[in-house]
Amino acid sequence: MNKPSDQQVDILIGNVLRAGVLLSSAVTFIGLLLYLVHHYSATPNYHQFHSISGKLRHLRELFPDAFHGDPVAIIQVGVLLLIATPVARVAFLVGAFALEKDRMYVVVSGFVLAVLIYSIVFFK
Amino acid sequence: MHQLVFSLVILGGSLLAGLLGSMTGLGGGVVLVPMLALLFKVDLHYAIGASLISVIATSSGSAAAYVREGFSNIRIGMFLEMATTVGAMAGAWLATRTPTRGIAIIFGLVLLYSVYLSYKGHDDQIIPGNKWSDRFKMNGTFPGPDGKEQKYAVKNISGGFATMFGAGTLSGLLGIGSGAVKVLAMDHIMRIPFKVSTTTSNFMIGVTAAASAGIYLRRGYIDPTLAAPVMIGVLIGSLVGAKLLIKSNVKSLRIIFSVVIFFLAIEMIYNGWVGKV
Repeated sequence: MNKPSDQQVDILIGNVLRAGVLLSSAVTFIGLLLYLVHHYSATPNYHQFHSISGKLRHLRELFPDAFHGDPVAIIQVGVLLLIATPVARVAFLVGAFALEKDRMYVVVSGFVLAVLIYSIVFFK
Repeated sequence: MHQLVFSLVILGGSLLAGLLGSMTGLGGGVVLVPMLALLFKVDLHYAIGASLISVIATSSGSAAAYVREGFSNIRIGMFLEMATTVGAMAGAWLATRTPTRGIAIIFGLVLLYSVYLSYKGHDDQIIPGNKWSDRFKMNGTFPGPDGKEQKYAVKNISGGFATMFGAGTLSGLLGIGSGAVKVLAMDHIMRIPFKVSTTTSNFMIGVTAAASAGIYLRRGYIDPTLAAPVMIGVLIGSLVGAKLLIKSNVKSLRIIFSVVIFFLAIEMIYNGWVGKV
């Protein structure tokens, strides 16, 4: 594969970001609409913190629920897609720096990617 | 208030926050959290969680446009993200160990400081060269006022790096992009041209926020039904704001917005002090 120019990398990253934001906000919007159709007359309660349901915080339960049309789970998938967007951007940069044979910045962006993955998956 | 009405009102408020935030360059998060917490009596944890999500959306949405203009410096951004992402984790760690009242007071102080920073002038003195700037490949060019490409270098990388760690911590603790502190680090400390600083900062904000958003999500601080209208509202507002920016009188708008933020800051500090948050 040819060495990509900085400009090509920029355009690619711009597209990754735009696609991620579009996709995640579309999913979130659909989830919100479904939620409001079912719960429009519910009484909102955000005054007191009660940590949201554990089901929404674990991927293993979140995705099946979303596929079965649970509106709140669908919104949460949208939120996850949004969080994944900058992570994808950093991952693309690791690859781009590797193709440019820029070892220093492969390490730099690799470090940032590792911190992101650690914080999202493991950090308590 | 019914959920439908509440969601629509939140959506409208977030749209306004995103609109003003992008037109004034102060960001939507700084007004969003106080609005949710003070006006709608949302628990501060939920307010911060929802704000973090909206910060990722606006940063990623607008960065796509900035990248094409070729102002942002990806290497500088990436290098400094090492500091902001670790800082964001530290901030999220602190968030569970700081009483809500303390968070409210810190938030208010950061708001005041952000307003002050936005009025502090910036001088576009360009650094011609620097050993470390060469070594870390941070030199770049940007379109100058006369249309010609201008070269720039970077100085005081360690000072900028340390300040970025602080910016990341504030972002993780308060759920804001802390763009003002990021620009301070790049523009004032590292002497990066202002236009490059602001666009690179915008680019970094999403990555920084993603580091703490994952932690907030697993702690249950992000309530989907609240985050959804906030995210969509802020995103639409900031995209419209970026379009309107060219046509309107930004200076008077900035003053109005600064006054609003000033009073929100005082209100946050007061409420934190008396324990009403």
